[in-house]
Amino acid sequence: METGFTGLLTAAVFLPAAGAVSILLLVRGDRNIRVVAAMVALADLVLTLVVFTTFSRDDGAQRFQFIDYFTWIPGETLRANYILGVDGLSAPLVALTGILGLCAVLASWNIKTRVREHFVWLLILQTAVMGVFSSLDLLLFFLFWELELVPMYMLIAIWGTGRKEYSAMKFLMFTILGSAFMLVAIVAVFLTPEVGTFDMRALSTSGTMLGAGVLLPLSALFWLFFIGFGIKLPVWPLHTWLPDAHTNAPTAASVMLAGVLLKMGGYGLLRINVGMFPGQAHQFAWALVTLGVISVLYGAIVTLRQTDLKRLIAYSSVSHMGLVLVGIGAIGITQGTLTSAGLNGAAMQLFTHGTITGLMFLGAGLVYDKAHTRYIPDLGGLAGRMPLVAAGLLIAGFASLGLPGLSGFVSEVLVFLGAFRAYPLMTALAVLGIVLSAGYILWMMERAFFGVRRERFADITDASLIEALPMAILVITIVGVGIYPAILTDVFEYGLRPIIALIPVAGP
Amino acid sequence: MNLYDLYLISPQLAVACAGILVILLDLVFQRKGFLPYAAFAGLMVAAALLVVQSIDLADANDLVTDGNVRATGVLAGSLSVDRFSLFFNFLVLAALGLVTLSSVDYVKRMENFRGEYFGLMLFSATGMMLLASATELITVYISLELVTLPLAALSAFLMTSRSSEAGMKFLIVGAISSAVMLYGMALIYGFTGATKLDEIAEVVKSAAVLDTPFGGYALLVGVVLMLVGFGFKISTVPFQMWVPDIYEGAPTPVVAFLSVASKAAAVAVLIRVLFTGFFPIALDWASLIAVMAAASMTIGNLAAIGQSNIRRMFGYSTIAHAGYILVGIAAAVKTSGGNSGGPEFVSIGLNSVLFYLAAYVAANLTAFFAIIAISQRTGSDLIEGYGGLVRRAPFLAVALTLALVALIGVPPTSIFIGKLVIFTAAVKSGLVWLAILGVINSVLSAYYYVRIIRVMFLEDPKEREGSKTSPVAWFALAVSGIAMIGIGIAPGFILRAAEIAVGALAL
Repeated sequence: METGFTGLLTAAVFLPAAGAVSILLLVRGDRNIRVVAAMVALADLVLTLVVFTTFSRDDGAQRFQFIDYFTWIPGETLRANYILGVDGLSAPLVALTGILGLCAVLASWNIKTRVREHFVWLLILQTAVMGVFSSLDLLLFFLFWELELVPMYMLIAIWGTGRKEYSAMKFLMFTILGSAFMLVAIVAVFLTPEVGTFDMRALSTSGTMLGAGVLLPLSALFWLFFIGFGIKLPVWPLHTWLPDAHTNAPTAASVMLAGVLLKMGGYGLLRINVGMFPGQAHQFAWALVTLGVISVLYGAIVTLRQTDLKRLIAYSSVSHMGLVLVGIGAIGITQGTLTSAGLNGAAMQLFTHGTITGLMFLGAGLVYDKAHTRYIPDLGGLAGRMPLVAAGLLIAGFASLGLPGLSGFVSEVLVFLGAFRAYPLMTALAVLGIVLSAGYILWMMERAFFGVRRERFADITDASLIEALPMAILVITIVGVGIYPAILTDVFEYGLRPIIALIPVAGP
Repeated sequence: MNLYDLYLISPQLAVACAGILVILLDLVFQRKGFLPYAAFAGLMVAAALLVVQSIDLADANDLVTDGNVRATGVLAGSLSVDRFSLFFNFLVLAALGLVTLSSVDYVKRMENFRGEYFGLMLFSATGMMLLASATELITVYISLELVTLPLAALSAFLMTSRSSEAGMKFLIVGAISSAVMLYGMALIYGFTGATKLDEIAEVVKSAAVLDTPFGGYALLVGVVLMLVGFGFKISTVPFQMWVPDIYEGAPTPVVAFLSVASKAAAVAVLIRVLFTGFFPIALDWASLIAVMAAASMTIGNLAAIGQSNIRRMFGYSTIAHAGYILVGIAAAVKTSGGNSGGPEFVSIGLNSVLFYLAAYVAANLTAFFAIIAISQRTGSDLIEGYGGLVRRAPFLAVALTLALVALIGVPPTSIFIGKLVIFTAAVKSGLVWLAILGVINSVLSAYYYVRIIRVMFLEDPKEREGSKTSPVAWFALAVSGIAMIGIGIAPGFILRAAEIAVGALAL
């Protein structure tokens, strides 16, 4: 295993944290704090884009690149290393974190209370998520996974609305519970005599985990990890924390939560559940697809009934993240050759849903800021008053329901292409979820932005430049990926190929 | 007794002399401000002596018995100066040093007896350091009493009714438990004819004792009765009744000291007695320890949830942490797979216990130092008084938050690694159920720890400004806080030290 030290990823991971510390100690004045936070987020975005664009897709290139390695915990009791690195699966997600991190900072521009704290927590959160996506040591991965808890709790509980403390606590307890299961599994993997390492690179190569004599059965480990990641994704029936957390979180926290925190769950499923337990993933693919389809349909049906703008988007997230599971389920194929379509669709869905939901929450946040309500029946005719916000939400909505030319279309088609060959009936049911999503998105747009103009929204203003900026960034990403999806699919393909090679598909 | 014997116990003597000196200085001088520093200087001397001893240990396992001349010394058999005892001696000294510094503000509210306050602390520390080295039952008993009696007096030091009640309770419960322990020791002496652990081990191993009528039972009963005494000091269920009252009533720095140092020393002696004296019958007591661990974790955490006084809450929290520690001890015995069905020693179990103790010392001291400083300002230990603390005293609030996060076991803090190694050891020894129970308990504990964070960050400030925190107390807080995070980020050093210390037990 490669043991160099490039430093690029370390910089990308810890730059936001360093920014947070300097804001805490050095910067005075709310205005300066905002500017410094934005500069830090922008610099971090540049770093992540450098990682993404210079990531080598050549056939002969290393699977994991930009390795930062040093021995972290020596000794016989625990042997853990500090290993950062990205492969084709994580490189786009690192870039996504950079993009949404900047958007979240810009979306916090109008925070009035406890400004310093807000940006400190936001930047620490970004470090945590970035660390999750780039860690290649299970213990380090877990460390970053937990680091995200307290900042998110604070963001929801202090700057949220409504039952914010209840929602924050619920988020915290669910996540801790999930990570407890995960920790047990991590320890059991480490204690497997043939393994004895936390190095995810070694664990993701063939022969290390397959058939090793473990303390717990491999399928138990698979499900322990699944619960940890499933809560985060979230998968029905572990999703109940999400609507509360999303609804009551401030805009920036919603963007980060929906945009990247949920993706940690999907990433964990792909990297660990599929990448390290290919046999079990293949064996239980039917269960994943079933849970995925239930999430898709349940989420969509519940979304139809929502009257709160943010709650509606939250439930739609449950529905759309179900597609990730459906895509992963494509590996349950029993005859024919396994193509990368399903997994690639799942990975694409992580990226595209991150940008689309991020954009939706930005729009919803602006509506709430200006109209002081998120209750959809009270809204109406806002498109004329705030055309930019309406346009942003409309694009996000269209992308979400899979309009060709926008990014959501690509991932959904790939998911269905892959899953159909394995589970045609289930896939057909999942497609029904997309039909429903067209229903709730268009209905929401119609009620909130078109329809009768209300008198009391007469003096409402459109998004200012600084408010429109993050929306513009996300619109560009969505349209760009929609028009030229290969920019992502090629990279994902490169990262997923070694994972797919491990899956024991019977037949020719 | 010759000079070499004095050298062997010189760290303990230095601490005891510092205690006497501080009391004398208190009598002589009118201005008392320098007393804590005098006590601290005494601890520095002891630490220097410990460093000398550890250098001396470079090519020996035990300074007392290694080498032919030395083996005839009067201390042979009753004390051991090895890397295991040094690990705990350093831990006790570090804890007391920091507690002394953080007491600088606190003792100002005492009109008299400042010298006695530090003197008693030092005497208790002497007992703890002896306890870590004791290899003979009578020495164990005397050291344990030397730990307990000064602490009982210290608990009553505030002269309030609650404080007096705490001292009384500590004294009585402590006396009962040491009486029970003494009875256990008598039984063991009666059936093995020895009080030195290595001689006891010989008898237990030879199984001669098992041939006498009721021999095996008597031995086990003796061990169990001794566990009562140790369990009292470690504050595990079912010997935990005294803990919440004393944590609520006694002076806060005393509680801080009690919660970490006395626990560490008692764990040290528990490990030494059980593992060097009674390992051949480990199958009998290991399951008992596992049950005590499970009960401590669960009862401690459940009871902590409803508390409104932060110190009382920490009383229950410390019971839970004693449970985690016992998980590691139970994990050091693997019940199956050994030669001829006997117990098998799993070293990472004890490694994890030693590491956890160091981690817990750092985290709990950070929490208590913050609580001491906060109570100076708010004049109360009620959790509701912590409202909006982050805006009145941001650094204290952040320090306490970090400590609470550490106590939950969230990375990157010391206790996360501690829990990780403990549960790793448990899984490795086949105690998967205990590991899972421990993990569930950690989740449970998040609820009450986070409640305090919530109050500090989310509620509105209550305006009540007391006295400021002195630089020395800040220093103690900073040192323990940095240690807490540092051990979490770079655990290698302490982990290695724990491995070496356990290696010295030569099991």
